[in-house]
Amino acid sequence: MNRTPFVIFGVFLTIAFSLSGLVLIPNWQFQEHQPVVTAPDGSQYPVPYFGMALQGRDVYVDQGCLYCHTQQVRAKGYGGDIRRNWGNRRTVARDYMYEYPILLGTMRTGPDLANIGARQPSRDWHYLHLYNPQITSAGSVMPRFQYLFRTIKAGELAPSGAIALPPAFLAEGTHIVPTARGEQLVEYLRAQNRTFPLPEAKQ
Amino acid sequence: MMSLPEGPNESKLQQISRIRIDDSSRVPVSLWFASSVFWLLMGSVAALISSVKMHNPDFLGNIEWLTFGRIRPVHLDIVFFGWSSMAAVGCLLWLQARLCHVRLPWPLLLSGLAMVWNVGVCVGVMAVLAGHGSSIEYLEFPAYCAPFFAIPALGVLAANVKMYVTKESQHTYVSQWYLLAATVWLPILYVTAMGCTYFGLVQGVSQAITNWWFGHNALGLWVTPIAVATAYYLIPKVTGKPVHSYHLSLLGFWSLAIFYNWAGTHHLTGGPLPAWTITVGVVGSMMMFIPVITVAINHHMTMRGVFHMLKTSPTLRFTVFGSVMYTVASFQGSLEALRSHQEITHFTQYTIGHAHLGLYGFFSMIMFGAMYYIFPRITNNEWSSARLIKVHFWGSSIGVLAYGIGLCWAGWWQGVMMNDPAIPFLDTVAYIRPYLIMRSVSGTGMTIAHIAFAISVWRILSRHHFVMSGPTLFTTTRPAWREFVNEQEKREQAELEAQS
Ligand code: HEM
Ligand code: HEM
Repeated sequence: MNRTPFVIFGVFLTIAFSLSGLVLIPNWQFQEHQPVVTAPDGSQYPVPYFGMALQGRDVYVDQGCLYCHTQQVRAKGYGGDIRRNWGNRRTVARDYMYEYPILLGTMRTGPDLANIGARQPSRDWHYLHLYNPQITSAGSVMPRFQYLFRTIKAGELAPSGAIALPPAFLAEGTHIVPTARGEQLVEYLRAQNRTFPLPEAKQ
Repeated sequence: MMSLPEGPNESKLQQISRIRIDDSSRVPVSLWFASSVFWLLMGSVAALISSVKMHNPDFLGNIEWLTFGRIRPVHLDIVFFGWSSMAAVGCLLWLQARLCHVRLPWPLLLSGLAMVWNVGVCVGVMAVLAGHGSSIEYLEFPAYCAPFFAIPALGVLAANVKMYVTKESQHTYVSQWYLLAATVWLPILYVTAMGCTYFGLVQGVSQAITNWWFGHNALGLWVTPIAVATAYYLIPKVTGKPVHSYHLSLLGFWSLAIFYNWAGTHHLTGGPLPAWTITVGVVGSMMMFIPVITVAINHHMTMRGVFHMLKTSPTLRFTVFGSVMYTVASFQGSLEALRSHQEITHFTQYTIGHAHLGLYGFFSMIMFGAMYYIFPRITNNEWSSARLIKVHFWGSSIGVLAYGIGLCWAGWWQGVMMNDPAIPFLDTVAYIRPYLIMRSVSGTGMTIAHIAFAISVWRILSRHHFVMSGPTLFTTTRPAWREFVNEQEKREQAELEAQS
């Protein structure tokens, strides 16, 4: 008896089952998600990214921040996430209903960023940190992202967007200004806020 | 033709047909293998750059296209698509032809497909370095790279099925099932995952599940079965002993096919998914004890009584090392999948340690062993130097053990510290740093091993010198290659002079 078709079909079935079970069924289940109306004026949570934050997501993707940072908070009592103040509740599927691509991450070489916008709303802090992480977080192994900034030489007027670098990090008579990509990235980070009390994330 | 009979019972006729089969795979298999070795070197360079950047972030600091977030996925994609997958294809083509007793079909087409695949890796790597990567692990290459992998994968599937249905051997060997299954799975996995990801077919957290359904299955249903099949072939072949149990191998195959499929969500433990999806992943991971134990019993029992051969045979030493690491990495993986374990290790270097014990200690070592076996047979040449093979073995094995054990140990404590909010986060960074430096050191050892291997491969492929004095074993002593060539040149010179 030639069992070849049987083997190939069996092998095909194994993967078709797991595809349906793990990908298609959950996807269909999540499609029922609706945003929650948060206020009488009709504003909603979650909202899709827009404007500079949306552009900033592309910068986050192209710089590969995901390889060192997660964007997910685990439940209370599971790991130290909430006690570390990385969020006030666990994150749930609905938090990500508009995320495309989703950037959950699997590695915490650096801290979680799911709520970095709530934790650290200051633009100035983010610019200093991206320009040189040692300024704000001595001992960090995060790379510098100085190519997201421009240097403006002495003689010109201090430009409006110049960042407030400590003198030790600034060459005499120069100013450092974020580029458009730098600004977008910071707006994206400031938009990371998953503190809204979703009903299914009570625990 | 310089080829000794394989095993005492091989008749003259069988020997001739075997030689013809090996001949038919010479060009395509050499091409897939040589490309994979090239990518292994490139992958090692990318690995070392990423590794050093993790403890000295200013290394190659302000070059945007070498920033950690780009060179690290480049490392992963090169070693996965370039090295692992190309080595796997070479192995599977050669093995299937041998086991079916047929000549490899369409050698020209299969060689062309290797080049298509190479172009795909090149284009993908350039794209990620230029910032067009997708930040979806294992699927970073942009959508336009997909045809470069999907088409060769389908071509390899077609060749594989063709060999299988026209096979001239009477019975089916267990390796053939694994090989056939792997080639069925890969195109389905890849095309579905790319389709879902790039054409927005799945939303929200389902994207993450798709990502790990692919990432996990690409490891478990593509590279793993090929390495297991290879070990199933090589261990009995080199030792001259039959596989311990046919029924066990049957059980091992089908339990792998059924359970590995479902384990992908263990990569998302604690994430924003419904609990049942994770539970399925944990159960799938636990059930993996069945195929892993059956394979372990079969391989170990086949080796029983012939362990002394590890002293002489390079193929056997690499393969058995890999096969032991299969058991180790998989046991580790099954335990790692438990929720209480993942609470500590999920986001740490522990995962990286496990990844290298698996993909390097198990898979890559078996591929090395296979290449040491296959290259001499398809090139009719022998390895030039036992010393280079020794450098390769010790560099790789010590390197990966130090890397894997070191980072699993450190990753565990990194996770324990991270779960304790009284410890500032930057203290976890400071704690892990010495181990990351240790990784760069062991990575250097592994890279040296890869260079030694590449030199050997270069020499066996280039027609500059022939070694025809029997197989190269660890105990073989031969004049160093330079001296060998010098002597040969001298002899030729003398002959010329004598003639004139
Ligand atoms: C029974 C078998 C196995 C089980 C249950 C298993 C389980 C796991 C688990 C739980 C993780 C951690 C995921 C995370 O924390 O993010 C993991 C990661 C990994 N495993 Fe395994 N493992 C198994 C065998 C293997 C083998 C044989 C290989 C090599 C071919 C391998 C390669 C990897 C890699 C490369 C990763 C890292 C994935 C990534 O984050 O990129 N595993 N595995
Ligand atoms: C030359 C020695 C090597 C060194 C120094 C090295 C180093 C690294 C580094 C630094 C990372 C990133 C870790 C992080 O993000 O925290 C990594 C990831 C990875 N490497 Fe290697 N690597 C080497 C060889 C290999 C080889 C040959 C393979 C495959 C056959 C491999 C497979 C992987 C995989 C699958 C990952 C992703 C792991 C994950 O996401 O969990 N590596 N490696």
